[in-house]
Amino acid sequence: MTVRSPLLPEPAEIVEKRSYGPSIHAYRLRLLAADARPRFDFVPGQFNMVYVPGVGEVAISISSDPEEEMLEHTIRIVGRTTRVIDGLGPGDVLGLRGPYGTGWPLQEARWKDVVVVTGGLGCAPVTGAIDYMFRRRANYGRLTIVHGVKKPSDLIHRERFEYWRRQEDARVLLTTDEPDRAWRDRSGVVTELFDEIEFDPSRTVLLMCGPEIMMHYAIQNLRGRGLASDRIFLSIERNMKCAVGLCGHCQLGPEFVCKDGPIFRLTRVERLLFTRGL
Amino acid sequence: MTGAKPAPAQFLARADLQRLLEALRARGYRVMGPVPRDGAVVFDEVRSVDELPRGLREAQEPGRYRLEPNGRDTVFDVVNGPGSLKPYVFAPREKLLQVEPEGRSFRAQELHPDAPKLAVIGVRACDLAALSVQDRIFLEGRYPDSYYAARRRQLFLVAVNCTRSASTCFCVSMATGPEATQGFDLALTEQEWGFLVRAGSALGREVQQALPLTPAPEAALARERTSLETCAATMQRKLETADLPEVLYRNLEHPRWHDVGSRCLSCGNCTMVCPTCFCHDEKDEPLLGEPDEAGVRSVRVREWDSCFNREHAQVYGLNYRPKIEDRYRQWLVHKLASWIDQFGTSGCVGCGRCITWCPVGIDLTEEMRALREPGA
Ligand SMILES: Cc1cc2nc3c(=O)[nH]c(=O)nc-3n(C[C@H](O)[C@H](O)[C@H](O)COP(=O)(O)OP(=O)(O)OC[C@H]3O[C@@H](n4cnc5c(N)ncnc54)[C@H](O)[C@@H]3O)c2cc1C
Ligand code: SF4
Ligand code: SF4
Ligand code: FES
Repeated sequence: MTVRSPLLPEPAEIVEKRSYGPSIHAYRLRLLAADARPRFDFVPGQFNMVYVPGVGEVAISISSDPEEEMLEHTIRIVGRTTRVIDGLGPGDVLGLRGPYGTGWPLQEARWKDVVVVTGGLGCAPVTGAIDYMFRRRANYGRLTIVHGVKKPSDLIHRERFEYWRRQEDARVLLTTDEPDRAWRDRSGVVTELFDEIEFDPSRTVLLMCGPEIMMHYAIQNLRGRGLASDRIFLSIERNMKCAVGLCGHCQLGPEFVCKDGPIFRLTRVERLLFTRGL
Repeated sequence: MTGAKPAPAQFLARADLQRLLEALRARGYRVMGPVPRDGAVVFDEVRSVDELPRGLREAQEPGRYRLEPNGRDTVFDVVNGPGSLKPYVFAPREKLLQVEPEGRSFRAQELHPDAPKLAVIGVRACDLAALSVQDRIFLEGRYPDSYYAARRRQLFLVAVNCTRSASTCFCVSMATGPEATQGFDLALTEQEWGFLVRAGSALGREVQQALPLTPAPEAALARERTSLETCAATMQRKLETADLPEVLYRNLEHPRWHDVGSRCLSCGNCTMVCPTCFCHDEKDEPLLGEPDEAGVRSVRVREWDSCFNREHAQVYGLNYRPKIEDRYRQWLVHKLASWIDQFGTSGCVGCGRCITWCPVGIDLTEEMRALREPGA
């Protein structure tokens, strides 16, 4: 029995880099090995470990459509490894291994209304899922997207929200804590918008991603209005080093966020999620 | 290494123990065994039985470990020290990949560990149980670990049944000891004039055949039963397991966490000596030597980590376990509760190492008792 290391990265060339402000870039990547793409067949919500040779590895959601050949990663520049990624562009090669983790319940949500609640900058894991549903518009009912940011400049992808807003049977609610003159949407924290969301609990699925405190309030509000816990899905973030359930860093109680998550059905994590310091 | 039922016991005279070391070496094994080093008995290479801790036993208490004479002619009376089998399979530092630039691309190659055939003598029942816990983690999941696998298949294990326990042991509560019942190649029970020997694998039987064994006398077998039963019956420490994992999940907000958090130094000793803890960090390091024209080569390594390290649950801009009490709770809840959900087995085998090697003597069995009391 020879076991191959599960940690070997696959080289992928950056074909295109698009920037959303100074510190967020979307990289479109082509795997160099001709036979590698099928191994990266993924569901929106899953992630890859993106490797910078000699520097380090970071967990990044796949933001492209599963049926496109190229893989896209939208990366926010924050620390040691992502700062090196910041300096890379077309022609440079990164390593990828994956895809890992669970995806959004895009099959289960078919023919249902979908409410998406996101907050802060960390909504990369869900934008791919929203695009996925709009590209297969007939498969989904009413789509409601609620997104809150601290300050207007945190709203990346504004044109994407505007595009979604123009689609049929779709509603987009944007809010910021600190509106400026140019801001035309709502102001206040995202939780204040929950009362405005109209939904029929019997045929709605809720997808959420963002700060845990925001998800906590969203759950309280929407569950209070009849939405069942097993219709609520959330994306959880924890430190990740290995992504294969071995390094122990991503634990949340019994869950390894890297393999049991990052997308969880609320019923599974309910009693752990909002315990401080877990 | 597992599966086969232990064969009937045979007897090896004390004077012939060296033959076991030689039989193993003849089969290409590097032989490790318990040896006194700097006041504690640890596993290290043994060439002669004279290096074993003759006539010694140890006294263990929370935060204390001391070797002392036992007044008898024994070599295996020191039950367990800070070292376990863990470093032999899950290396404290493992080079995983070698990465070199190739134009604008790179080439990553798996580094296969240089894993020599290794025989370890003096392994305790709790150590075997811990190894089987680690096997589940590293070999039986969705992504088997090639590095662990390479080291694991080179192991030959000579267990020694415990006829005395340390005050910190609670293997009976965890149903892992004091007798080694599976997972060994050979198992020994030490008695006055020698050792009862049983084989637990085909390889073990092969080595057994190279030894000058005689059938075990009935009296020796009877005395063995008595000594193992006495060891189990007199074990001082206990841990109630019937209500695990639930009792911990119900008490995640118990005031005792704050109390123990104020005593714990967050040093991570308990996780380093624990034979089942598997947390590790992964990082890139430049490979020493001159860079070739393509650029600097590097290695990706992994190293033992601990949930007591401040950065363990740190992400950009946020630490999910900022307080020591959060980290102690992670440790205990993982060991005794969530481990069961994750791997179908407890993460604690009752070896007591974390109690002995805690510099402030925190005792998980004591903490569990307090957590069962209604909080103030
Ligand atoms: C499932 C998942 C999906 C993610 N998807 C995206 C995405 O699509 N786009 C994006 O910009 N970011 C995403 N992140 C966050 C991203 O992984 C971190 O921003 C990144 O690891 C920071 O690395 P760094 O070396 O630059 O930062 P440093 O602060 O220097 O971090 C050092 C190391 O700590 C770990 N670490 C730090 N922060 C995080 C974190 N938030 N999550 C996991 N590990 C962390 C990493 O191992 C990192 O290399 C995702 C995280 C997870 C868990
Ligand atoms: S989380 Fe803590 S207790 Fe669990 S394996 Fe890692 S170091 Fe050990
Ligand atoms: S938690 Fe303590 S007693 Fe249990 S296996 Fe680990 S070191 Fe031994
Ligand atoms: S990231 Fe290593 S166990 Fe999940």
